[in-house]
Amino acid sequence: MNPYVVLRVVSKLLIPLIFLFGLYVHFHGEYSPGGGFSAGVVLGVGVILFALIFGMEAARKAVPPYAARFGMALGALLFASVGFASLIMGGEFLNYTVLHPDRTYVGQHIGIIAVELGVLTSVTSVIIAIFYAFAGRERSGDTAED
Amino acid sequence: MLEILGDRFTYAVILVLMMVGLYAVIATGNLVKRMVGLSIFQTSVFLLYIATAKITGGAPAIFAYSDLAAGTIPDDAVYANPLPHVLILTAIVVGVATLAMGLALVVRIREVYGTIEDDELSEIDHDDELKKGV
Amino acid sequence: MNGAEITQVFDYLLMVMLLAISIAVIRLQNLFAVVVLTGAYSLIAAAWFVSLSAADVAITEAAVGAGISTVLLLAAMLLTSREAKPTSAFRHWSALVVMTAAGAAVFYALGDLPVYGSADTPANTGVGMDYITRTPEEINIPNVVTAVLASYRGFDTMGEVFVVFAAGVGVALLLNLSGRGRREEGGE
Repeated sequence: MNPYVVLRVVSKLLIPLIFLFGLYVHFHGEYSPGGGFSAGVVLGVGVILFALIFGMEAARKAVPPYAARFGMALGALLFASVGFASLIMGGEFLNYTVLHPDRTYVGQHIGIIAVELGVLTSVTSVIIAIFYAFAGRERSGDTAED
Repeated sequence: MLEILGDRFTYAVILVLMMVGLYAVIATGNLVKRMVGLSIFQTSVFLLYIATAKITGGAPAIFAYSDLAAGTIPDDAVYANPLPHVLILTAIVVGVATLAMGLALVVRIREVYGTIEDDELSEIDHDDELKKGV
Repeated sequence: MNGAEITQVFDYLLMVMLLAISIAVIRLQNLFAVVVLTGAYSLIAAAWFVSLSAADVAITEAAVGAGISTVLLLAAMLLTSREAKPTSAFRHWSALVVMTAAGAAVFYALGDLPVYGSADTPANTGVGMDYITRTPEEINIPNVVTAVLASYRGFDTMGEVFVVFAAGVGVALLLNLSGRGRREEGGE
């Protein structure tokens, strides 16, 4: 059905590696270049590549559009809720030091991990949602203005 | 004059790139190509920011993990300024989101008007106004 | 040649490539070529970011510029038109006038910019360097960029995430996220 056998085989090998690399970029972001923004973009690219090679239907089954919509809001909310958590625990908004009773950098580590997770969720979902929105569209005929 | 330019040659090149992007925005009537011009302009602005953060001989602002754990970060180590990096890192992702927004508007314009050339668009608008008798 | 000089030569090469690509983008009318060249532009800019010791920015720019914006521009091109129509000579001349005026203004200000690569400029002596000295005891993670992004400037980053969210919602509203329902409204 798809004549591009080489593309399919190679991308089958590549897509898991792209996701693995995205997760590496995210979770190693405190030690090496990376973090939520870059990792979110890499993960989004993985899904886009999957959709380009295997078709939109397969991609919609793997990552449903409602999941992308949900993730957009969830990530932003997660970020904000970390801010409110530190507010409730007696610090300033987004002052992570108070998140751990030690009041040292341990709280900062917790806060940074939570916040980066929010960024990752939001950016990945937005990238996927934007791609779905464009790919789901059909080219309108030249008589569209009639 | 030449000395000023020699010390700031990188900035000068980036400013030229920026002006070329501006030219691409103005000189084309095609909306997709105009978005491309905008993104070239935008990338040049990113380059200008990052270029100001460069310090000769400086490394990226990442400590060696062993140094950090042992608390022995050398005092004379030179690092690039991390602040512009942070600003631009987020600006890149916001930039692609706004680019998508602009392209979505272009796609909608194509669906309603049947063209994305701005002179044809204003012609159609003009004809519509005449038909309404304004 | 030592390492710094070789890097400098590579920088000049990257500058030449960026200039060539941006001029080609202006001259070409085939949108497919324009879009692919934009991807190349971003990739070369990412290479330059590495040379400007901004590793985090380079990763993001490579993934965004060569990956996502190219795909989005291609999708938009397929949904609209493949060729740009050439514009009138008047328009090119007026663009040239605007470009020259703006260029003269920024080049007049060029002398006020700090010397490239020096450490004692206003931008490089203020809060940016404080982050480097304070991160080891206050945040205790090796990557200062992540520390500044997520903690010192967390409020800023939260705003950026909301902007990204808003753009995602905007595109979904304009183009109907699931892609269904286009045919019903098609006969307007």
